[in-house]
Order: sequence, then structure tokens, then C-alpha cells
Amino acid sequence: MLEFRKDIFADERDDNLKEVGQPTQRQDILGHVTGTSAFYDDHRFANLLHLKVLRSPHAHARIRSIDDAEASRAPGVKRIIRAADVPVNLNTLLSLIQFGKDDEPSLASDVVRYKGEPILGIVATSERAARQALALVRVSYDPLPAVFDVEEALKPGAPSVNPTYPKNTFEYHGKYDHQKLRFGDVDAGFAQAEVVVEDRYQMSPIEHASIETNGSIAVPDTNGRFIVYTSTQALFFSLDTAAKINAMPSNQLHFIGGTVGGGFGGKVDTLTEPLVILAARLTGAPVRYRLSRHEEMQFGSPRGAERIYVKDGVMKNGRIIARQVRAYFDSGAYTRLSSYAVVKCVAHIPGPYTIPNVHADVFCVYTNRTPATAMRGFGVTALDFALECQMDKLAVAIGMDPLEFRMLNVYRDGDMKAHRREAKNCALIECAQVAAGKANWPLRDEFRRMSSRTGGGAGHAGAARTVAPAAATATARPAAPQRVTGPAQTPPPAPPRSAPPPPAPAAAGSTHGAPRFSSVFGTRRR
Amino acid sequence: MAKHRGRGVATINYPIGMNLGGDPSQALVHSNPSGKFTVALSSIDLGQGMKSVTRQICAETLGVPVEDVYVDTADSDTGPHCMGSFASRGTHRVGNAVMAAAREARAVMMEAAAEELEVDPGDLETDGLGSIRVKGAPHRSISVRDVAIAAQFRQGKTISGRGIFLVPLSDVDPETGEMTPATCYAHACLIVEVEVDDETGEVTVLKMTSAYEIGRAINPKLVEQQLVGGSWMGMSHALYETPEPYYPDMRNGPRDFGEYLMPGPGDICPHDITVLERPAADGPFGAKGPGEMCANPVLPAVANAVFNAVGVRVNELPITPEKILRALKARGGAAAHSR
Amino acid sequence: MKTPIQFRLNGEDVATFADGGANLLDVLRESVGDLSVKGGCWQGTCGSCTVLIDGAPRLSCLTLAESCAGRSIETVAGLRRGPDLHPLQSAFMERFAAQCGYCTPGMLMAAKALLDRNPNPTRQDVVEALAGNICRCTGYEPIIAAVLDAAGGDSRRRA
Repeated sequence: MLEFRKDIFADERDDNLKEVGQPTQRQDILGHVTGTSAFYDDHRFANLLHLKVLRSPHAHARIRSIDDAEASRAPGVKRIIRAADVPVNLNTLLSLIQFGKDDEPSLASDVVRYKGEPILGIVATSERAARQALALVRVSYDPLPAVFDVEEALKPGAPSVNPTYPKNTFEYHGKYDHQKLRFGDVDAGFAQAEVVVEDRYQMSPIEHASIETNGSIAVPDTNGRFIVYTSTQALFFSLDTAAKINAMPSNQLHFIGGTVGGGFGGKVDTLTEPLVILAARLTGAPVRYRLSRHEEMQFGSPRGAERIYVKDGVMKNGRIIARQVRAYFDSGAYTRLSSYAVVKCVAHIPGPYTIPNVHADVFCVYTNRTPATAMRGFGVTALDFALECQMDKLAVAIGMDPLEFRMLNVYRDGDMKAHRREAKNCALIECAQVAAGKANWPLRDEFRRMSSRTGGGAGHAGAARTVAPAAATATARPAAPQRVTGPAQTPPPAPPRSAPPPPAPAAAGSTHGAPRFSSVFGTRRR
Repeated sequence: MAKHRGRGVATINYPIGMNLGGDPSQALVHSNPSGKFTVALSSIDLGQGMKSVTRQICAETLGVPVEDVYVDTADSDTGPHCMGSFASRGTHRVGNAVMAAAREARAVMMEAAAEELEVDPGDLETDGLGSIRVKGAPHRSISVRDVAIAAQFRQGKTISGRGIFLVPLSDVDPETGEMTPATCYAHACLIVEVEVDDETGEVTVLKMTSAYEIGRAINPKLVEQQLVGGSWMGMSHALYETPEPYYPDMRNGPRDFGEYLMPGPGDICPHDITVLERPAADGPFGAKGPGEMCANPVLPAVANAVFNAVGVRVNELPITPEKILRALKARGGAAAHSR
Repeated sequence: MKTPIQFRLNGEDVATFADGGANLLDVLRESVGDLSVKGGCWQGTCGSCTVLIDGAPRLSCLTLAESCAGRSIETVAGLRRGPDLHPLQSAFMERFAAQCGYCTPGMLMAAKALLDRNPNPTRQDVVEALAGNICRCTGYEPIIAAVLDAAGGDSRRRA
């Protein structure tokens, strides 16, 4: 069941609306229940050909030779597509927004770096004919040592997975092997903390498991262009990627999509469009490249597994004063979107909490596995799992109710966040109060009186918790936070308003004041 | 040999839109000769309701009934650029672009109506039912249809509009991580109740209770679709799904859906959801986006509930019966952890 | 080598040629042109290809097309009679029981098979009837509610 609490934050809303807020029937529901919604594969063409791809059986190997002579003579085969046929055979998705270097071939030519990597394509009159022809291709490999664990991949002497990033990490800002977050001084925080909790969390890779698999159909149009029916989640992303790989002007491609059978992040990678367009160009015929469910499960990009180490320092009165995170994203053999996920993960640390000392190092690591990709909650889901389990452990360690513990630390309007931005538009306290009320989770009175709109920011009661202490000069313990809780205590009165809020805190030990480095995206237009 | 009940909680927020911004979306809105509107997009409906949400936003902004608006997407020839449907950006970015385009179209429409009624555009209002009337004198009105005909055939005006919405790209400081990740965040608190069988290790999710804050619900049924479907996916991640049961060892992975476990219709539980709305300053009518954050709180809430029930911590997902039984064995048995 | 095959599809006679070993899903979509049937796994594990063969719900991706000669097949394209939607279709709409819509045809046919033989199912009956159909979007609750609505609300049962 679902209900609205329109009374909460009502003073910030004008609910006098006509169409917005109405439970209007979906524009597409009639098509869905009649089976007439047109997904990419619901278009038929005379003489449609089918593209299937030969995939590496090895996680890491040098290709010694490829013999496709017998395959090319197999019944129904119209064309073999080899690495040399791909006009631009090295790309990375985010090169479109100038983030990262081209590192992934559409078809591997000398080395395969994950089990399932495409090596060669066969275009035939049926999927069965294409698969039977693939079975006739003879490839000889020299297996190479492979690495499958993110921390193993970072040890000296580990096999190098990706020649563009030989140390097995993405390169940030042209010089770092990870993205950092530094706010306050966690060492000082841990020294002062009364309880420290440390743990390791491991996510599993996850299948998107959309009921519709990835696929596209490329059709030569009457005017020399190509129409592409596609399951993509990002029409122009896929169009521009396909244009780059095919060395075609983008306006020669006419992409049609928009009705997709589930995405969840698994249809951003432009897995099928570049090769299916190439196939249509080389054969002059409409071609479909559809991933089977087996291909989706074995070779389609999963959500990459993340390994996260969290160390927290907490005071017995309930305030978290230090949080340190070290995390590794398993990007698989190529970058795709993992480089971006790492920055998004760093952006999310330390969670929706006001913590004066935060330190994070997050790595995008290459291993000989299927390249990972975005999935619902990209960069955040794993971190939320780790942090919210930690919150529970901290609460237990100091004997505090887990929800009250969160409400004490959660951010309020005006609090300074670890990214040196002021929190605004907060609402977690209200969410906690409503959920607790509905679930009969007891909260003490002062927690039921809390508000996201009060108690935050430098000029208020939470002053000591919003400013990162400058560790080099701090010798005395910081003043105990104003928001003290414990058994049956009345809250202390709010302190008198004093000096204007201090300026944004400098990171401890840094000589900040120097001009900022350029955007992580390089020379991107603003 | 017993079943133990436990409760766990998680509180989360979620950034709206592509991290650091720099992800534009555009929209075009135009009227046909009889006053019916088309929204041309290249945005993608994955099932989350892109076509429906943008339709309602357009209708609201234009001041016409939703039946007079249709959303056409996605065609790269006719739909202007949109970055795509991901990162919970759709309602926020595309919604704002549609609003901007609809505002421009509405301005032309009101000008055309004003010319027909011989008043100032500022004296007019839409009734939301297909007519434009003089404020305070509703008998002086003209239908949107007649305005469209007049504009096109007599006045030489095109009732159309263009919109783009872009959150400027933020820098990232390589040393400190200082950055502007997002302009607004959605929030959630979720409490889950589970039952753990200490003989089989199976976890049954009995009930979820949650409060989600999403800025503004453009369509409450679509919001419900996301929150119910997403929390199911969260339960699935927490307890069932893995293509590599012994990650990083790649062996013994599923080959089809028969081996890739997901909860079925017999495994779902009641979910009591409350929606809060604290409008984002830059959201369309304050809207944020529920598409991703709906799943996230379930994973840790389930882990915390398992601990509350039987006293074991499972830090590796999914929380399978095997992991629970091994942990119970190492612990010497189940013991509920009371608060 | 192609085999001629004839069957009834949604009440009409259909004749086509099938490759030896072709499955019914491919024949319906590729040869006959009924695109309302969807393929999700081609391995018999998702249920999205569900059609009715002589009234029984079957996975068309694992059904040999030639074995359907002379049989009566129903797909979602045949659910509505002219402009009138089947009560299940109306109920799915009312209950917002579809998001991406890809599993919906299979769900509707599985539900129809249930209601055709059991017009007054319990919730557990519905759950069991749909247990072979995977949905990744909705979390199942609105689908179950829609099927129960369709069962309870409409006394006009379609043959």
C-alpha cells in the first residue's frame, strides 16, 4: 500500500496543480497489454540477415592464428567480419565526453582479455546458420596468466590486463591511480574516538536480467543512410559511439528506439549497434544482432562487484567523528563506465551524515573478467550497503538504538558536507520519523521532535560538528557536540548565536588556496 | 531448530542526475493545426514511465488537458539530443527541458489568444480543460483549437517551443575530492522484518515499511510502480542474485534464468510505503527521481534484520542460506540480538 | 528443408513453412508475423513466450513448431475482440501492472489459462499460475491484484 504525507513540507510546496500529481493512465499501457508496443525487434524486413559473434574461451590469451576459411564457405554465410574490417577498432564509451582513453576493441585481434570477448563476426541467413558457421572457425591461443581479484590485480607483479592502463588502475587527473576524498583529519578523529569499528564488505556482480536482451537491427535506407532499431537506454550515446567506430558522419545514422524491455543500466554500453551497422554496410542488407539470454548471462556486462573497507570512529554519546573508506571497483578488462562510477562513489561518501573527518580512496581496477557496467544505483548501492551495515554495528557498539543513532548523525539543512558543499533540501529525519511511526519502532521524544530544517549549519547548535578541525593546530579535544543523548536526558539548551559561520574549512595538512586542477573530464566544453 | 524474527533499518539518500552534472536533455513541443500538442524527444522509456511523466509535465505547463498532449520518442531524426535514461535523471532533466519548451509554446499560444480576444496576454489564463479565458471574465474565452487555427492561418505564428536543461559540469579536486555531485537528493528510510530459519538458513522477508522523499510525485501510480518494483529488486540483490556464487572464483555460475535466482510472486511481502515531498529548487514542479534509490535501502536493512534475528553478520552479498548456516555454526548457534 | 504446417491462430486458419526443428516462437514471430509473442530467454526459463495450445499454457520457445499442426494456438494478439479488451487487459491497465511491458504478453496468457479453467482463483492459485513468468520491473504485486480483479469483476467469460 502507498500513501502520501502531504502535510510534511507542505509550506514548501504549491499543490495547486491540475495534471501533475494525477494518477493518469500510462501513455503506453494499452500497447503493453495488447502486445503492440514496438520493441526494437518488433520490426520485420525481407531478407533479414543475422550476426553472431565468436567469443574467447580464455580469460587472457594471445591469439596466435584465426582460420575462418571453412566457416566462410558454410551454408547461409554471407560475410565474415574480422578485426581489420572495423574502421576504428579502439574506443571507450565516455570518450564522447572526453573522459578516459580509448581502450576497448570491438573485435579483438592480438590479445583477448576476458572470457567472452568478441573476436570475429559471422553474418548469415539465419541465427542457426551463423552459429553453425562459428563452430567451424579455428582459433589457436597461447593462454596468458590472468588475474580475477581486485586486490591481487594491484599487487606488484600482477598480470597486466589492459595495455592502456598497464598498472591495472584507471588514471585520474592524469596522475593518480584512484580518486580521493579528504576532509578534516581522520587520524586525529580516530585518536579521539571512543570506539572504532572496522569491516570489509563484498558485493556480488549482478545481472541486469531485463526480460528483453540487448539487440539492434540495422537497415540500409533508401538514401544511403542506415536506420537502426535499438534497445539502447541512451539514443545519441549509442548513435555517436557507433558513428565513431564506423568512421561515419553521425547524420548517416537514423536511430529509432525509446520503447525498451527493461534496462536498469545494462543497455548503455552500445554492445550491438557498432557491429550490426558494419554488417549492414558490408552486406547491403538488413542485419539483426541479438544477444541470446545465454550470451547476456555469460558475456553481457554485469554490475561490477565492489569491495569496500570502512573504518569508523564514534563517541559514546553517539556522534561519528571519523569515517575512512577504501573501495575497489572491479571494472573487468575494460573501462566502460566504471571510471565514472568511482567518482560517483566518492561523491556519495560518507553517506547522508555530517561527519567532521572523512577520508576515502576509491580505485577502478582492471581484472580479466567481463567488463562491468552501470546498474541501478551505480556507484552508490554497494556503498550504501557497507555504510548502513556499519551504522548498525556502531549503534550496537555504543548501545544506542540504530534508528536514533542515524537520526543523530544524519545531515540537516546547512551542514557542511565532506565535498565542501552545504547540505540543503534534507529530509531523512522526516523519513525516519514516518517509517518508525508506521512500523511501531519506538523513538524517544526528542527524536520525534527533530527536523531536517533545524539544528544544522555552522551558526546553530551543531557548530562543532560541521567544521572540519584543522588537525595541525588542534591540541585540545573539540568541544563535546551539543546534541548529546543518553538515557533519559533532557537536551541541553541551544547555545547563543555567536560569531558568523567560519569560512569553508581547509583540509588538514593541505596548502589549499592554489588553483584547482582542471576538470576530470579534461577539455570539455562548458 | 527454530525460526527467529528480526528487524533492520537503513537510511539513505540518492543523488539525482548524472554525477557532476554536464548531462543535458532537450525537448521540442509543438501544436498541430487543431490545438493538439506533440512533445518530440529522444529520451528512452525503459518502463519507468518517461513517456507518461513528460506528458503530464507538458500538459501542466501548457495549461491543457493531458489528453491533448502526446509524447513521441525516440527518433534521432526528430527528437533533439537527450543524454539518456540512467542515473535517475529522467524526470529531473527531461522534465525540466519539456517544461522549458512548453513554456515557450504557451507564451506564443497566449499571445495568439490575446490577439484574438483583443486583450493583453497577461489578462488571460488557461482553464486546463482546453480553453483560454480572461481572468475574472470567464465568459470571454476562446478554445485552444481556435487559437491554433488563428495562429497558423491568420497570424503567422507557430505555437511551438524549444527547451534544454543542463546542470553545469562540476570540477573534481584530485586531492580533496571537492565537487558538486548533484543539485538535489532523494531520501529514504526503510525497515524490514525477516524470519530466519536456523536449520535451513533461509531468510523470509515478512514485511517492509518505508518512507521515501522524492521532491514531487508527478504521477503517484508511477511512483508506486518504482517503489514497489525497486524494493523487490533490492530484496532480490540482498538474498538471491549472483552470477558468481563464489566471486572472485568464476565457476558454478548460472547459465539461464532457472539458475539465476530471483524472488517470484510467492516470495514477495507486503510493503507499506509513505511518500514525502520536499521539492527540489531545480526540479520540475520540485520533482526528483525515485528510479534507483528504491532498491538501495533494502540490502543493508535485510542484513541488519538478519543480525537482529540470529546474531550473525553477513558482509558479503547475496545473503544465502549457506552463508547464514556457516556463520551460525561459527558462532555456536543462533541468538537474537535485542535492542 | 522446410515443412508445411497448418494450425489455428487466434481463431483463424494459418499456413506456413517451418525449418526443420524450428520452435513455435520463431515460427509465430518470423514466419507468421505475430509479433505479440515475446522471446526473453529462448531457454524455457522466463515465461515471456507463453502461448495457449489447445487451452494449455506452453512455452513456445521450447515447443517444436511441427508438433503444433492442427492445434489451436492463442496469443495476446487474439485477446481483444475488436475494440473490446479482455477483462484481464483492462485489469492490467487499471492496476498499472506493466512497466516495460515485455513480460506482459506472457503474463496475460498464463493468467488467461488460469481463469479459463478456474474462474474464481485464490491468491495462491494466481501465484502458482504466474510462478513461471519472470517480471523484472513490477515486483509482481500489481499483476497478482490485476488477475484477481479480472476474476472477481467480470462474469462474462470468454470461450
